[in-house]
Amino acid sequence: MSDKTAGTLAPHRSRTKVPEGTLYRGREGMWSWVLHRITGVAIFFFLLVHILDTALIRVSPEAYNAVISTYQNPVMGVGEVGLVGAIGFHALNGIRIVLIDFWQVGTKYHRLMFYTVLALWLVLMAGFVPRHLMNVFGEYWVG
Amino acid sequence: MSTAIADRAPASGPESIQTFTVTVIIRRFLPGIDLEPRWEDFDVEMLPTDRVLDALHKIKWEQDGSLTFRRSCAHGICGSDAMRINGRNRLACKTLIKDLDISKPIYIEAIKGLPLEKDLVVDMEPFFDSFREVQPFLIANSKPKEGKERVQSPEDRARFDDTTKCILCAACTSSCPIFWTDGQYFGPAAIVNAHRFIFDSRDESNVRLDILDDKEGVWRCRTTFNCTEACPRGIQVTQAIAEVKQAILRGKP
Repeated sequence: MSDKTAGTLAPHRSRTKVPEGTLYRGREGMWSWVLHRITGVAIFFFLLVHILDTALIRVSPEAYNAVISTYQNPVMGVGEVGLVGAIGFHALNGIRIVLIDFWQVGTKYHRLMFYTVLALWLVLMAGFVPRHLMNVFGEYWVG
Repeated sequence: MSTAIADRAPASGPESIQTFTVTVIIRRFLPGIDLEPRWEDFDVEMLPTDRVLDALHKIKWEQDGSLTFRRSCAHGICGSDAMRINGRNRLACKTLIKDLDISKPIYIEAIKGLPLEKDLVVDMEPFFDSFREVQPFLIANSKPKEGKERVQSPEDRARFDDTTKCILCAACTSSCPIFWTDGQYFGPAAIVNAHRFIFDSRDESNVRLDILDDKEGVWRCRTTFNCTEACPRGIQVTQAIAEVKQAILRGKP
């Protein structure tokens, strides 16, 4: 890779242009936390919008209907897959975290529980996604 | 025996010990010269029995004397040479090079979350401040029975055995994503050392539970298990933190 680098005290700029440190290679525990945080923040912003548009019904039902009807398009339909996926993971992983905190041997089985969460999440999504996408895109090939 | 090996090692006869060339990429930072850390690579000849610490020694002694790192006992007891090796916190003296993937370069950098001073050396003071703050010493106001030692049953001793193993290397604390972004968090190591006295039957103080019942205390822990995986002594760190959380909820150990 490089020649001998004996006695390099002289000032020199980086030879490889990667000044940042490497990404910490955490394992299941760290990545479950990262996913939990990302899905949590995403759900927060969804709830913010959701509370606002639901509150519109108190303003006027017509305004509410107008806003909700703008959601009835394929882009939002695909977005809903992401929303359900995020909520599903956040809920299941939340149970895992509760078990880690309160179940005597929770910390011992945290990795097994993480894969259980992923498996349950896949089952959940396998049940939801095809049915949902049929509803969203059905009119394009049936009607 | 050992001298014979040392004499024969450079020869390439059929009896010689197999050496291999390892590329080590180190994140260097020389204060006053470098404005920000930079990567520098070195090629070193290593034996299968060598550790990452031996590679660092070879570089420092034979290639670049300015390379700076901490090490003392070199046998996994003093806790001086915790560093990030291939993206994971390890002790350089306990990591065999042959256990790493040597077909690729080995990346070595300082532990994360503490102020970088030079090359692989960080300022450990914030880490030790947290350690001191949890009062890691026996607090007992009563006189020992018959004025002699405080007797403890083997079962009571076993209760906190795991957390007595800590060598304060900071591998756990500097592997914690919470600690990277929130330097005020006590960190796993301080909680482990609090655990060691909280669950000691001879200790009579509940003050550590009050200290750790804080938003920068145990409740900052998000159970990422990075600390448990980083600990070179195999301490179940996340388990210890969970036990302290439970003790705070109960109000007693």
